[in-house]
Order: sequence, then structure tokens, then C-alpha cells
Amino acid sequence: MPDNSRLDLYRQMLRIRLVEERIGDLYAEQQMRCPTHLCIGQEAPPVGVSAHLRRDDLVFSGHRSHGHYLAKGGDLRAMLAELYGRATGCAGGKGGSQHLIDLECGFMGSAPILASTISVGVGAAWAAQLDGLDRVVVVYFGDGATEEGAFHEALNFAGTHKLPVVFVCENNLYSVHSALDVRQPDRPIHALAPAHGLQGVYGDGNDVDVVYDLAAEAVARARKGDGPTLIEFATYRWREHCGPNGDLELNYRSAEEFAAWQARDPVNTYRQRLTATGMLSAPAETAMAKTIAGELDAAVAFAKSSPFPAPEALARFVYPDPADRR
Amino acid sequence: MTRQLRYFEALREAQAQLLATDPSTLVIGLGVPGPTGVFGTTKGLQEEFGKHRVFDTPSSENAMTGVALGTALMGRRPIVVHMRVDFAVLSMEPLVNQAAKWHYMYGGKLKAPLTVRMIIGRGWGQGPQHSQSLQAWFAHVPGLKVVMPTTPHDAKGMLIAAVRDDAPVIVMEHRWLYNIAGPVPEAPYEVPLDQATIVRRGRDVTLAATSYMCLESLKAADMLSRIGIEAEVIDLRAVAPLDVATLTESVGRTGHFVVSDTGQESYGVGAEALALVAQHAFGALRAPPRRVGLPHIPTPTTPALADLYYPLARDIAVAALTTLGSDRELPPDDSDPRRWKDVPDPSFKGPY
Repeated sequence: MPDNSRLDLYRQMLRIRLVEERIGDLYAEQQMRCPTHLCIGQEAPPVGVSAHLRRDDLVFSGHRSHGHYLAKGGDLRAMLAELYGRATGCAGGKGGSQHLIDLECGFMGSAPILASTISVGVGAAWAAQLDGLDRVVVVYFGDGATEEGAFHEALNFAGTHKLPVVFVCENNLYSVHSALDVRQPDRPIHALAPAHGLQGVYGDGNDVDVVYDLAAEAVARARKGDGPTLIEFATYRWREHCGPNGDLELNYRSAEEFAAWQARDPVNTYRQRLTATGMLSAPAETAMAKTIAGELDAAVAFAKSSPFPAPEALARFVYPDPADRR
Repeated sequence: MTRQLRYFEALREAQAQLLATDPSTLVIGLGVPGPTGVFGTTKGLQEEFGKHRVFDTPSSENAMTGVALGTALMGRRPIVVHMRVDFAVLSMEPLVNQAAKWHYMYGGKLKAPLTVRMIIGRGWGQGPQHSQSLQAWFAHVPGLKVVMPTTPHDAKGMLIAAVRDDAPVIVMEHRWLYNIAGPVPEAPYEVPLDQATIVRRGRDVTLAATSYMCLESLKAADMLSRIGIEAEVIDLRAVAPLDVATLTESVGRTGHFVVSDTGQESYGVGAEALALVAQHAFGALRAPPRRVGLPHIPTPTTPALADLYYPLARDIAVAALTTLGSDRELPPDDSDPRRWKDVPDPSFKGPY
């Protein structure tokens, strides 16, 4: 990978981190009035995966979707405006953090019902196959979604028809507050893949170089028509399941476990790696952070100054307007 | 004479014409290309239009509905077929949480032109899990449209309209309508998804009904006519949205209202129709309206109990007499030679 690409991976992870931290800081103002699931600690998978995606490739996601949206090229201003419930939001304020969308960059939507977007993404991949396109669809979900029947049904169909999909499981060990080992037997999630006719691979989801390499293979495989892959990335959520705060006081995970994962901070460890190899200097890093902060200031200002939807918007879009019939 | 087709043939023709005229049409479902072709409605379509457009699926109602939604977002117009409504219960998540809401919750950016065909079973012991008539469930969800065509004409026209509509549409087809023939124009046409139709004119009482209960209502109107009561019969056709204008106009003339539905009475389509009539035509009602539907009991399998379970024309006629406050006596019910009423007609042989 060229140095520039690696710097860009770092820049994008840093950007997601700073966006999420800013949302966390501002959330206490009680103006972002929607459930918000921050992905701090899980920045590497979206960045390493999206590095292989074209603009016309499609991404579907779940409730913890900010990183997936941003890494695919989703509009930051429209995302923040959506969190603030404004008319300028990417869904006009009707979706909030759990329903991001940006069709311009191929971010097709996100939904918080576990596994619900997996089959929808598979359908989009089937459409691409029917159209003879070499488009790839990526679906992101967590370890919890792999317990849903719909996950297995969707994998079975994708495997049967060798659809151009990459299933990305970000295994952060908890479904809300319930630990993986009380929910699943002692076998790796990626081991489910061969049973459905898929390739299954596993890697350190906190190391963006590892993510990048595994995703390269999976995306290329899907694009060539060689079939879908399930990638399981080990990663860890730092904040509470939903909301801006920490949650160690709930005692469902230990301080030791948390500290061990913080030591594997995907942003910080990558910064150290790039610095050690001379690719990233301290001043360059500072400049990068400053640029991102400036972009964020402007996006927050845009969101906060945007109008709320007019009352007429309430009943709009329940059904498509027959005048727009395609 | 206008060409006659049976209900299942009209459905097949609608799909064949959609496949022929619109390359975005897909027909998918378990057994769709199979040897029996979902009671004949999809028979031969795969041979004619190819296995990429007429598609057998895994037995995965949930994910396959999501898959169909995914293709719809990408510009396809999929028709998902369920041999029974009961099987579609496995797809409630993608229908209710997803398909119904993707247009609204993304601010109008996406459309989900998905059509789901569900067949209501009845008789020959279909029992608790092969006979449910759950239209009210779907009608309750904003974003979904629900239609229940009764005639072969409407089956073809409403299925074509449903597939061409940009919203997700549920088409509920009663199995006992499948072999009934009626006039069906050959060229493709649309029947609106939001309009009831008056199928018999009368001045004394309005009998509105869905699907198969429309046929029972027509029989009830015959019985009533024999004792000097002229009933107007309305085929609701669309249950979401419900055509309140046609109902209130009719009740405005008759002053009496009975609604019959193939589903449970409680919290059902009948309940909604009564509420709308009460809201919009209360002044016209001269007596409390009545509803006829299934009791709050799961469907029993044995014909000995199923025959007690399903209301018939006579029950509708009795309801009409009740709301009319009439003490006239219905003619004796001697025309039906069937021992068991668990088949649509005496020529029928199980199983199905």
C-alpha cells in the first residue's frame, strides 16, 4: 500500500473518532433528540473496507452506522443535521442517527433492527448480478445480528447464488449489555460462513492494515463473481451501547477488559505505527486534526442553524407520490 | 361474449403480461416455478420468462422479503408469493419495519415497489396455521397498501396496479375464489387500489364485504330479496385505504349497515369499516350497524367445528334483519346439499 493511502486510512479513522467525540460532547445539550450509537473504538473496519469500494458500490448498515456512512463518503453536514432533526438532514429529519442515507455515495441506508438490512443488501447484490454489473455490496452488522434467523437466511441465499456481497461482522463482544459467551456457543462467528457456502475470514478489527488486507481479498472476490465472504473483525465499543457516556459502572464488562482494548486503540496504535516508520510527523498530525475540527465546526454550525421540517412534512412520504411514478 | 377466465388464470395472466411488458418485474417465492405453480397462478412463467425473473427461493420468508425489498430499492418490481398468509407471518419484520417505512424514514429518497401475494386458505381442515386472514395486521401499518380482489377481473387489474404502484402492496387472495370464472379483458389494465365497488343495488340495507365474504353477501342479498328486503352489496376490494366515500354514500341512502370480513371480527377490517361509517355517516344510520366475521377463536381443523366457525350468507342475512329490526323470516336453507361446508363446492375433492 502506498504511503499516501495509509495516511488517508489514518486521517479517516481520526475523522470518525473526532466526529463521534464531538457528538458525544454535544449530546448533553439535549438537542440531538434521537438514539445515537457511537462507534468510538470501532473506526478501523469501515475505513479499511471502504478503501476498496468504488462510489457505485453500495453499503448497508445497522444502528452503529456513523463510521460506515462517513467512510463511504457520506455527507457530514447532512448526517449532523439529521441527528439534530433538521429539514436539511440526510433523511429530512425523519430517520435520525439510526437511519442514515446518502445515495450520492452509495450509502443505501441503515436500520436498528438486528440483521434487518442484511437481506436488503443481499437483494441489492442480486439486482447487481441480474444487471451484469461488477458492483459490490457491503453489509455491516454486529455479533448480535448473527444470532438472528434472517442473518442465516440471507447468507444461505447469497451463498447459493454466489452474490457479490461482503458481510462485515464487527464483533464487539456485547449485544447491548449481554456478553457473547452467554449468547453463542464456543465457536467463532466466521466459522458459520462455510456452512452457508461462503468464505469466512477473521482478523484484528482494531488494526486497519489487517482490515485493509482482508477486505481487499473479499471485495475482489465478490467483484469477480467468485461469491460472498463473511469477515469477522474483533473490535470493541468504548462508550455505552446507546448514548455519549461510558458505562463501566454498570459492571457488565470489567475495567481490565476495557483497559486492554483501550491499549489496542485503532487510531492511536496506527498513529504510532505511521510515526515510527516516518510516514506521519507530529506537525502533520496536528494539521490533520485541525482541518477535521474546522470541518466539524462548520458542519455543527450548519446543522444547528438549519430549519426544522415544516408541519406539512409530517404526512409527506408515507406513500410515494403517484406523480413521481417511475 | 366477453372472454371468461378463472380467478387463478387471471392472476397468472396479470403476471405474464407484467413480465412481458416490464423487464423490471420479478416473480419470486417458494414453489413459484414448481410443477403446480402456486395453484396454477405461476405455472409455466419460468419457462416463458427465464429463471432469472421467475425464481424459486429457499424457505426463508423473512430474508427473501428483505431480498425482494433490496431489488425494489434498485429499481426492480418484485412480486413475492406466499402459498398461505400464515407463511408470510415469518416475513413481518421486513414488511412492517422495513418495506413499509423505507420511503418515509429516508425522507422520500427511496421507493419500495414490492408486491406480496398471500393466499387465504379455508376448508378441508386447513386449521389454525393454513387459514388465517390477517389483512387487518397489514392494514394497520402506515406505508403498506392492502387489497383483496374478489372477481377475476379485479384480481388481474389490482395485481397489475399493485405491481406498478411505487408503494409496497399486499394482495390477499382467497383460495375459494380461485376456480370461479368471470369476464376478464385480455389487454393489461389497472383497477384502482383504493376504490370499493357497488356490485348490487338496493335501498334497504348496505352489505359491505371483503373477498369471499362478498359472495356470501350476494347470496344473503338473494335471501333477503325473497322476503322483500333489497340489499345493496359493496365489494370493498381495497382494505387499506378503505373507500369511506362509497360506504357513506351508500349508507346515506339505506340507513343500515352490515360489514362482513374473512378475518376475525375483533380489531378487524369490519371494526374499521364500522368506525368510519359511525364517524362519517352517523346521522344517516337508523339503527346500530353490525359486523360479521370470525369469532375470537383459532381455526379448528375438523369439519364438525369448522362449519360452526365460518359465517355464511345466512348469518349475514340475519345480521341485516337485526339491524333492520325486522321480524320477517328467512326462507329455509334447503338449497345446500353439502354435508360439510368445508369445500367451496360439491365437485371439490381434497386435499389442497
